[in-house]
Amino acid sequence: MGTSHQGTSASDGLFLGPPRRLGSALAERQGTGSSEGERAALQDAIALSVTDLAVLMDRVDGEAQDILGFQVAMLEDDALAAPALSAIDSGTPAHVAWSAALDGEIAGYEASEDDYFRARAADLRDIRDRVLRNLSGGESSRSPSGAVLVGEDIAPTTFLETDWSAGGAIVLMRGSTTSHVAMLARARGIPMVVGMGKLPEHAVMIAVDGGSGTVLADPDDLQRAAFNAALASDAQARGLEEQFRLRPATRRSGARIDILINVAGVEELDHIDLSSCDGIGLMRSEFLFRDGAPLPDEETQYRAYRRFVEWAVGKPVTIRTLDIGGDKPVRGLTPDGEANPFLGLRGVRLTLAREDVFRTQLRALARAAVHGNLKVMVPMVTVPDEITRCAALFDACVAELDAQGIAAHRPPLGIMVEVPAVAVMPELFDAAAFFSIGSNDLTQYVTASSRDDARVAALNDPSHPAVTALISKVAQYGRGAGIPVSLCGDMASEPRHLATLLDAGLTSLSVAPARIARLKAAIAEL
Amino acid sequence: MSETANGSVVITHDVGLHARPSVKLTKLAKGFASTLEIAGTAEGPWVDAKSIVKVMAMKAKQHSTLFVRATGADAQAAVDAVISLVRRDFDEAGDGH
Repeated sequence: MGTSHQGTSASDGLFLGPPRRLGSALAERQGTGSSEGERAALQDAIALSVTDLAVLMDRVDGEAQDILGFQVAMLEDDALAAPALSAIDSGTPAHVAWSAALDGEIAGYEASEDDYFRARAADLRDIRDRVLRNLSGGESSRSPSGAVLVGEDIAPTTFLETDWSAGGAIVLMRGSTTSHVAMLARARGIPMVVGMGKLPEHAVMIAVDGGSGTVLADPDDLQRAAFNAALASDAQARGLEEQFRLRPATRRSGARIDILINVAGVEELDHIDLSSCDGIGLMRSEFLFRDGAPLPDEETQYRAYRRFVEWAVGKPVTIRTLDIGGDKPVRGLTPDGEANPFLGLRGVRLTLAREDVFRTQLRALARAAVHGNLKVMVPMVTVPDEITRCAALFDACVAELDAQGIAAHRPPLGIMVEVPAVAVMPELFDAAAFFSIGSNDLTQYVTASSRDDARVAALNDPSHPAVTALISKVAQYGRGAGIPVSLCGDMASEPRHLATLLDAGLTSLSVAPARIARLKAAIAEL
Repeated sequence: MSETANGSVVITHDVGLHARPSVKLTKLAKGFASTLEIAGTAEGPWVDAKSIVKVMAMKAKQHSTLFVRATGADAQAAVDAVISLVRRDFDEAGDGH
């Protein structure tokens, strides 16, 4: 009988397949034995790595493209391989010489007292390993289709390079449900489980249930049959749901519900059919602000936001201003050592305290607004004055851009409703152009329980009557006051909460792209 | 015919001479026939401005001064071009608010 292991669900779905260990691709390599042969092998491996990266660059955008461009420039610089080549000339095998040369460079970056330069060590390691993989028989980091990727953690480039056409799954010993890769996995519907702790080393077959976070190592025949049966019925259910994907979401009564999507990276958009949704309900701009990386400048942000707006071709795109702090620290921006970060300097509290960072973002947003139907919302609003201050700052940025002769437009400014103070008295906040209920944080604050703590997770229930009463209140107030209301938390993608949300009077929901078909199918039943 | 030229400029870019500016600087430098070198102090050590590996390894930060020198037929044009690129904040419109 196979052993069952419990982790945390990061992306739904079922998959059964052979494991492929991440980071184990650095196979043993026998040198060619001659310096000429080793020299040629290293040069070929570097050239191959440049080609790999060029292919990958075509598929990404924005910051990811800059990072890859930097890696290509490093690889194309003879100075990078020079110490390795001279070691090869004195008889060292290519892989040993290359590792030693790059380890020297990496150590130099790691020793920097500057966060930005220190973070480049990761790029150098990426470069080192890519060339080593190409040296050791050319087996690239691209995983065979249809495997379960197992490892400590996974780099976004690895996810992007993997061929998912025959399915697959991801099982991480560490990892995080909020990582960039978790977002990508949810968008593509790839099952993913994080925080496994341990898995048997030599398992040859792994069954992954992404929804429950359960992983079965080497299932026996009986277990495998049960899993395959679950897979088949899941596939059948998905097939039925799929028929709803491109149709408008409509209730039995014929009433239309707007279904929008939650996204982070621009890479996600490649796999989403625009006609399957009514726009983007939540774009999490904090994914441009990676911990340890430099703050993205106005140009980088503008280019990224513009991509989203142009992709949606006139459909609304709601971009949330920087929502860091709480469980999303960014070094140099978020305060260290807060006793209770969820009640501390996060969301709009932080951006108003860091006007320099906020202005750069607002300027980029105002410029992107020229290219389509952009709306902007601020997270963690607690008092009406925060809306006033954000609006004044936004107006000032637009005036500044006008004066500089740069095309800009002031988009509507709405707020997240996630702090109970707002949900209890929404009438105080009618300066907002729209409300977007963030059910995850609202639930956490109303029930005073964290969803990251397994011991109190049962209390963190969005269907608690106190939470649903607040959602109804906000929806009703919005309808009466003519303020559009939407909901963008995980609650919207759980069919079991759907009746509650529609009864509350909500007509607009924003969910992960992978949930669209299932949600529309469920709406048709109600 | 070989001329020499030199100059200096203060880096105003937000993070300093990081990855994207370094890529731009080395690409620009490669467009000149002259030997083009940069340094963090007037006394050196001087590094090849056409090598991104060497340029990045300087880890030049915001507000630090970049010294530039060149030898070759287009030395003055090369130094002027590098100084102009740094002054233009590497053509990144982000104005560091």
